[in-house]
Amino acid sequence: MKEFSGKVLFLDRSDINTDEIIPAKYLTEITKEALKPYLLEDLTLTGFNNEDIKNKAVLVTRANFGCGSSREHAPWALEVNGINVVIAESFARIFRQNMYNCGMFAIELPKEKIEFLFENYAGKDSSIIIDIEKDKIIVTSADQSIEIDFKVGEFDKTLVKEGGWVGYADKNY
Amino acid sequence: MGKTIAEKIFDAHRVNMPFPDTHVLKLDRVFCHEITTPIAITDLMARGMDRVFDPTKIKAVIDHVTPAKDSKTAEQGKILRDWAKRHGIKDFFDIGRNGVCHAIFPEKGFVRPGYTVIMGDSHTCTHGAFGAFAAGVGTTDLEVGILKGVCAFHFPKTIKFELNGTLKPGVYAKDLILFIIKELTVNGATNMVIEFTGPVVDAMSMESRMTLCNMAIEAGGTCGICYPDMTTVEYLWDFIKEEFDTKEDALKEYSKWISDADASYEKVYEYDVTNLEPMVTFGYKPDQVKTVNEMSDTKIDQVYIGSCTNGRIEDLRIAASILKDQKISDDVRAIVSPATPDIYSMALKEGLIEIFQNAGFCVTNPTCGACLGMSNGVLANGEACASTTNRNFNGRMGKGGTVHLMSPATAAASAIEGKITNSQLYKA
Repeated sequence: MKEFSGKVLFLDRSDINTDEIIPAKYLTEITKEALKPYLLEDLTLTGFNNEDIKNKAVLVTRANFGCGSSREHAPWALEVNGINVVIAESFARIFRQNMYNCGMFAIELPKEKIEFLFENYAGKDSSIIIDIEKDKIIVTSADQSIEIDFKVGEFDKTLVKEGGWVGYADKNY
Repeated sequence: MGKTIAEKIFDAHRVNMPFPDTHVLKLDRVFCHEITTPIAITDLMARGMDRVFDPTKIKAVIDHVTPAKDSKTAEQGKILRDWAKRHGIKDFFDIGRNGVCHAIFPEKGFVRPGYTVIMGDSHTCTHGAFGAFAAGVGTTDLEVGILKGVCAFHFPKTIKFELNGTLKPGVYAKDLILFIIKELTVNGATNMVIEFTGPVVDAMSMESRMTLCNMAIEAGGTCGICYPDMTTVEYLWDFIKEEFDTKEDALKEYSKWISDADASYEKVYEYDVTNLEPMVTFGYKPDQVKTVNEMSDTKIDQVYIGSCTNGRIEDLRIAASILKDQKISDDVRAIVSPATPDIYSMALKEGLIEIFQNAGFCVTNPTCGACLGMSNGVLANGEACASTTNRNFNGRMGKGGTVHLMSPATAAASAIEGKITNSQLYKA
């Protein structure tokens, strides 16, 4: 199983598409590691600096994250930068499935919970721990901490535990 | 309670349900291209599992960057080519015979009503035009598809569009789907199948239906679906005539892939589209849509006619009918990319290529290149493109560039004027 805890990158925008996560011109790479410098290169978001990605392990964002192209290069670009968890109000279907297929977490929280996280934890060097056994997200900054329940399907959780869909499918089909 | 077409296809293909709301389906087709497949191939090799479930059900094409533009794209093509050869995948379309995946695979008769289809490409939803369940997937789903011939999906909740009336001259499937995406928004159909039904769809060619289904993903949809009918049978007839005595027999067989009247839908939209105007996008999301008249006079630098959305023969005929005896504006450059070699040949025979060239268009080989800013028509910073493609994301056709999505008719008229223009001004 991958690591699911660490510093949080907040991206305060909905509809961040996979072209923004990893532009098409880098799809000619044939290793995942080669994608590392290009994560979020074309993101349109005022105040965002690509240096912000450094040392982050969890991404928190708004609605419809990962829309557009089916490119699994989007989760891979996150993964090779150490980000194995995205928490959002909602995801595009293919991106969400790609995350679990790679043994990574795409966690949906209600809009008000996401709003709460942005209001209270953005810009504060916050950390998140995913407790996979208790289905809890533990959010911490220097002056406060909170536990939030989350729910993912049994299939999704199994893929995270098994490290992805290829291994599971090979055993079961 | 009746069933939708997608539910019927799921029932006919379900292997099992290992978890609640997890339907593992048997696949009839696994389509592959050179951008998302090579990493699946190298991963299978690294795992010591370099196998394919059925070489006759896997179809592959080099289409995104072709001919190769550099060593990296040459390597991607090589990995796919060697793999196809190694596993006896006969339907592999290499340079000279290759075309845009969602145009060439239907043209070869690979998609039939009731089929399940996946591909590592989000516009795989196009193939729903044949009454199939066709979904774009990532590389891992593709890898499992190649290896095991299965893929997992959630229950296919369905939205239905009943489209009544008649489209006005100068208004096409592209205008209709842009209008629908505007209504649904970019995530209005997430995790859902979109059924396109009604007299407007019944009257459409397969090409137009593919345009409609192609952009279901831009509203978040898993698949767009049209019901199979005599138009579907006519399109497929050369490929299926050995299987059926008559077209009526084929239609009877395929008619089992139609939703029941009492099927249950998430939502049903009814529109009379008789007064629909030509539509165009602004901004960086495909649901940012206005009428062409509202956007007219918007300056453009490049015009692009092609792609899996609008690079088929019908699209080229429409654009050429507007460009005949016209010249493109001195302020624009224009590119047309017939989506397959057969479309190119037809366009040549019908004199369409000559019309495009006389008007000042560059005619390229079939490729996806320009649509995603990879090759054959990349924009410079600050430039705008009038494009028949499917995504207007920031930088999609080149960093710092803007894309306005529109029909081939609007693109042709815009090329002549050098700004976004209603084709109704040109069409006799």
